[in-house]
Order: sequence, then structure tokens, then C-alpha cells
Amino acid sequence: MKVSAKLNKDNLYVFLEGEIDQSVAGELRIKLDEYLESVKVKNVILNMRLLTFMDSTGVGLIMGRYKKLQQKNIAMFINEPNKQIDKVLKVSGLYSIIPLI
Amino acid sequence: MNNHVSLRFKAIPENESFARSAIAAFCVPSDPTLETVNDIRTSVSEAVTNSIVHGYGTEKGDVLIDAEIIDDVLTVKVVDHGKGIIDIETVTQDFYTTKAEEERSGLGFTIMRTFMDSLEVESVLGAGTTVIMTKRLSNA
Repeated sequence: MKVSAKLNKDNLYVFLEGEIDQSVAGELRIKLDEYLESVKVKNVILNMRLLTFMDSTGVGLIMGRYKKLQQKNIAMFINEPNKQIDKVLKVSGLYSIIPLI
Repeated sequence: MNNHVSLRFKAIPENESFARSAIAAFCVPSDPTLETVNDIRTSVSEAVTNSIVHGYGTEKGDVLIDAEIIDDVLTVKVVDHGKGIIDIETVTQDFYTTKAEEERSGLGFTIMRTFMDSLEVESVLGAGTTVIMTKRLSNA
């Protein structure tokens, strides 16, 4: 699991790479919070192009970050999930609060 | 071709990837669609995560998986000898979680039920939980 970020004006792009499950959740949570707390942006875009797998542990983790950002009026979006991840996100209803762009 | 496989591994999150990949690979000779393989991969991940996070928690133990394919139908049984579930009906509801403070989504059973053809949960308090799921592998 790798994570990196790129800042572009009002947008923070977070690039997720590898697999998200319980084995990486703790470490990923810390890394994401570091990125999200260090910048002042209007939008956070989670790019999943290189993410190969995610289960419901990932859904909980993303919802947790969303709740923190919501308090600061920062919007969150999901970009380029693969079919497996898209199906998990659809079943979880996550797109209703974190739209797919 | 009928086939079966059994796995036994330490209940730690680092083994989740191995478990879901092994069961996915076991199904490949039956020529399932990529979506079917992914549904199985995700559901096994959910069941194994439940055993590790909720069944055992901080306790040590093993997770066992028995998988068999009979007439193109996969039956996968995920067994732990952890603390068990008091109220299966409540626990398997959408968004129900006992660990909200750990940012758990409460969607594991929802995903298993939606992605597989059938889901059965058996549990004995203090003795463990068994999840049995089936999925047809062929398109026919």
C-alpha cells in the first residue's frame, strides 16, 4: 500500500496504490490525516487508479476522513475506482456523500 | 470437475490478502467471470476480517477456510474459534457495528449477502463463528 498527494490550488489529489484492508488501515489512516490536516483546500480527490482492491474496512476509513473534512467544509470526491472497488462503494452507498467524478 | 481445499492460518490482518487470493485462485479453473472472482475475493476478505477483528480481537487463534466446488458451485466456509456472536440477526444488519469508534463501516455482512448467492451464519457464544457462503461459478 502506497499513498502520495499532489496539491493544485484548491484541490488536494490523494493517490492510493495497492490494496486496502485491515492490514494497512491503521498506517493509512495516519498518513491520510497527515495530508488532510496540513493543507488548506476546498476539495480532496481520492484517486484510485492504482488501487487494486478494497473491502469494507476501506469504506469505514474513507467515511472517517470524510467526517473530519466535513467539519472544515471541505468536499471529498472519488476518482477512477476499478470495478471491484466501484461495486463495494455502490453497495455501501458511499457515492451519495462522496461523489464519483 | 469437483474439487476442495482447506486453509488454516494465524488470525492476523497480514493473512487476509493471502486468504482471499488463495480462494480466488482456487476458483479460476472453473472459468468464472472476473466479476464473480472479485465478488468471492471481496466476500472472503469480509468474513476473514470479521474473524480476526471481532472473533478474536486481541486474542490469539487460527482462521480455517474450507472451500469446495461441486457442479460449478463454490461453497466457502470461514471458521473461527473466537468469542462468537450473541445476536446474529442484529449483527448482520446493514451498518451495524460494535466498533464504530474504530471507524468500522458495519457493511461486511451486507457485502457478503449482496455479492454471494447465499450466506449462512452459525455462532456459539464463547466457541466461535462459522460463515458459509455459496456462489455459482459458471455463467450458465
